[in-house]
Amino acid sequence: MSVRLRYFAWVRERIGKPEEVIETPSGIQTVGELMGWLSARGDEYAHAFENPHVIRAAIDHRHVRSDTPIKGAGEIAFFPPMTGG
Amino acid sequence: MKATVRLQREPFDSAAEAAKLTRGSGDVGAIVSFTGICRGVEDGEPITALTLEHYPGMAEAEIERHVIEASDRWPLSGVTVIHRHGRIAAGEDIVLVITASSHRDAAFAAAEFLMDYLKTRAPFWKQVEKAGSKTWVDAKATDGAAAARWTTTHRREAAQ
Repeated sequence: MSVRLRYFAWVRERIGKPEEVIETPSGIQTVGELMGWLSARGDEYAHAFENPHVIRAAIDHRHVRSDTPIKGAGEIAFFPPMTGG
Repeated sequence: MKATVRLQREPFDSAAEAAKLTRGSGDVGAIVSFTGICRGVEDGEPITALTLEHYPGMAEAEIERHVIEASDRWPLSGVTVIHRHGRIAAGEDIVLVITASSHRDAAFAAAEFLMDYLKTRAPFWKQVEKAGSKTWVDAKATDGAAAARWTTTHRREAAQ
């Protein structure tokens, strides 16, 4: 199963790209585990996810928590706390 | 209920948007219109502009979900939310929230609720331009607390 990952604001800047499609890694079940797996992919990912508790996530355009399962997700987004309005 | 949610680069006309909510509606007794503006000064330092990044698709969906929640909680006849993105110079408008109702209390409360949620839940990120350098704006704890009080009220209402 492949999933589209999207990055915004300084998460996007640190990783160096706005989005990518990956094959869902086996054994990774939750959003938090996916962040851990991504961190190990390289320095740019490790930098983006160095404080995982501040990173917010969304699955298919809805906010989710780090313990949310990723099964069935089409698009997973990672971003800093929001500063709109 | 008339509901409009729009994301755009261009400026908006708040008076024209408010007029759209009252036109042909005999039941509107109150309109609350809130406009958020790009300040020219932050922590004593001049600001040139803000650049707003957003998550297309999710930003609209998230605002629409909160508009529906507002209309479930208060008797509203109309809601308009317009949020700009891209580069916004100091002094320009950023966001517009208009709520229409028969009475002012619902209009005031719903407008405040929507703004509090836009600040903390709508996927937008501000970058501030000062003296040629750009930095991401940090989320404010006070904004988180402002949004959380509506959840507390909700729980209290549910318990009664």
